[in-house]
Amino acid sequence: MTIEDKNSDYKNLKDLPDDSGHFGRFGGRYVAETLMCVLEELEATYKKLWNDPEFQADFDRDLAHYVGRPSPLYHAERWSESLGGAQIYLKREDLNHTGAHKINHAIGQALLAKHMGKKRIIAETGAGQHGVATATVAARLGLECIVYMGAKDVKRQALNVYRMKLLGATVVPVESGSQTLKDAINEALRDWVTRPEETFYILGTVCGPHPYPEMVRNFQSVIGREARRQCLEMTNRLPDALVACVGGGSNAMGLFYEFLQDESVKIYGVEAGGHGVESGEHAARMSGERQGVFQGQRSYLMCDDDGQIIESYSVSAGLDYPGVGPEHSHLRSVGRAEYPCVTDDEALASFRNLTRMEGIMPALESSHALAFAEKLAPTMEKDQIIVVNLSGRGDKDIHTVAEIDGLTF
Amino acid sequence: MRIKQCFERLSSEGRKALMPYITAGDPAEKTVDIMHKMVASGANLIELGFPFSDPMADGPVIAEAHERALSQGVTLNDVFSMVTRFRENDNTTPIVLMGYLNPVEIMGYEVFADRAAQAGVDGVLIVDLPAEFAGDLVEHLQPKQIDMINLITPTTTDERIKKICSVASGFVYYVSLKGVTGSNKLDLDSVQSRVAHIKGFTDLPVGVGFGIRDGESAAAISSVADGVVVGSLLVSELANYHSQGDSTIDRVSGHLEEMRQAMDK
Repeated sequence: MTIEDKNSDYKNLKDLPDDSGHFGRFGGRYVAETLMCVLEELEATYKKLWNDPEFQADFDRDLAHYVGRPSPLYHAERWSESLGGAQIYLKREDLNHTGAHKINHAIGQALLAKHMGKKRIIAETGAGQHGVATATVAARLGLECIVYMGAKDVKRQALNVYRMKLLGATVVPVESGSQTLKDAINEALRDWVTRPEETFYILGTVCGPHPYPEMVRNFQSVIGREARRQCLEMTNRLPDALVACVGGGSNAMGLFYEFLQDESVKIYGVEAGGHGVESGEHAARMSGERQGVFQGQRSYLMCDDDGQIIESYSVSAGLDYPGVGPEHSHLRSVGRAEYPCVTDDEALASFRNLTRMEGIMPALESSHALAFAEKLAPTMEKDQIIVVNLSGRGDKDIHTVAEIDGLTF
Repeated sequence: MRIKQCFERLSSEGRKALMPYITAGDPAEKTVDIMHKMVASGANLIELGFPFSDPMADGPVIAEAHERALSQGVTLNDVFSMVTRFRENDNTTPIVLMGYLNPVEIMGYEVFADRAAQAGVDGVLIVDLPAEFAGDLVEHLQPKQIDMINLITPTTTDERIKKICSVASGFVYYVSLKGVTGSNKLDLDSVQSRVAHIKGFTDLPVGVGFGIRDGESAAAISSVADGVVVGSLLVSELANYHSQGDSTIDRVSGHLEEMRQAMDK
């Protein structure tokens, strides 16, 4: 199946998911019966509070005074000029407290946990960014925090492990399976079904069983609301294109959602091409046609002919996941968004370009979005506008880049 | 049909079903042999796990069995072959395949149902396929007379029990504990009242699993349910197969014999 239903009405895209948690045929709630009851409870609470002005006010206040929102929309003039095409504006999520967009949904979910009277927070983390954001909000609310992290990632991301410990969280290395992010999610789900009454699971992306994809998107959608308003204020028009990297897809959905009905705005979600899709070492889930069910949702994914999940690869840990959010899967299948991929090398080159040309050091995840913008901008007119979500800052990646440069500290 | 006949026959004898679980391919060369031995030791129905890379509802014991099976390259088609071979010498013991949805999705529901029927599979339990999304698969299984087995848990609401019973056939599987497989606390009174409650919604037999570790707990459960599922205990024995060999299979038989005896007392 390639792109189906191309003419479907964009006007309805913002109304998804449906009551069963589906975005078209993607999404849903494919979990064991042991989890159904906790998910139904979470959904009911979330739906009630998301429409509660008092909750919204609490959330907005935290975003303003704790996260530091609104984040700027910055016109990268020198970089745009060097590319010789469209004007590129960067949505500066890297300036948020804890250095990435993850704090937006961590705050939202922690507020839910507080309302539900949960004393114990669990989370999964890959690179550690979502773990740090969760440990941060748990510290602030005085909640116990347990972060599951693949044993391989614990070794690779020692700095973030220590950050989480400083924040008072317990980091549990997960030794099962591939010992990476997907296994950390499995372990967090196992924890949750074992102690559901006292536990709130703060999931780190727009994946997983309903209501997580919707809930995390809505907590992140502040990115797109701000960017749309800022772009109109600064340029008096809407952007021509949006670009964001897609691991699970939370920063991308956060940016895209508000623009889904703006048909003139092209949408690009950039996946990690790793060593190149043909090498097999990548995380370009939507470059293939494989769809299936994994960790609670139906989506594009990476698996073998027997349905076993394949380990993904990317230089950027935050994009290194074999599944992808169901809403992205739907946007691809109806043709509303395109999902190109860029390689490790292209992302690393853009990491260096932005650092040298704008004095902004992007996360390697965000560098994938930048690398695609570098390809896209020259194909567009100089008065056209691209908004790129600069989803996180690159400090955490300095070790990785230094290693590639042959340096050790 | 074998599942229905199995429960009817046991019921007429005043006995309860002993339903062991093992993961197919753990170890690959012994699975069929173990299945026969379990029947000889008193098993009435076999739950045969098909491995998945990410068994998120299973505890470490069964999750590791999936890993061991996958490391030997066991696929869903291999599992069908095992069932086919088992059927060469046993045409009465029902077999329920138990696993996760993605291998079934990738094979395709129609092909899956065809091959399962050809191999001699009687029921299918897909852990991560809730009743509300099971309709498509049931449509393919029903014409082949393969039962859809569903889980009910201590926290399942009445509304959901109704939904589950509306798609379930063969038997329903009551998970007597919260958490993942391999947990080990059991509260008989609450199991008894829950089983009675579930029986208010369905005429299907009710099997109970999670937390059954010996003859005593098996007998206790069988006094309040139609069948007893035992999994992690057996799988934890087979985990040592590569270091301890056939003695691990003897211990599996020993556990089942003890349970059978206690249940038939």
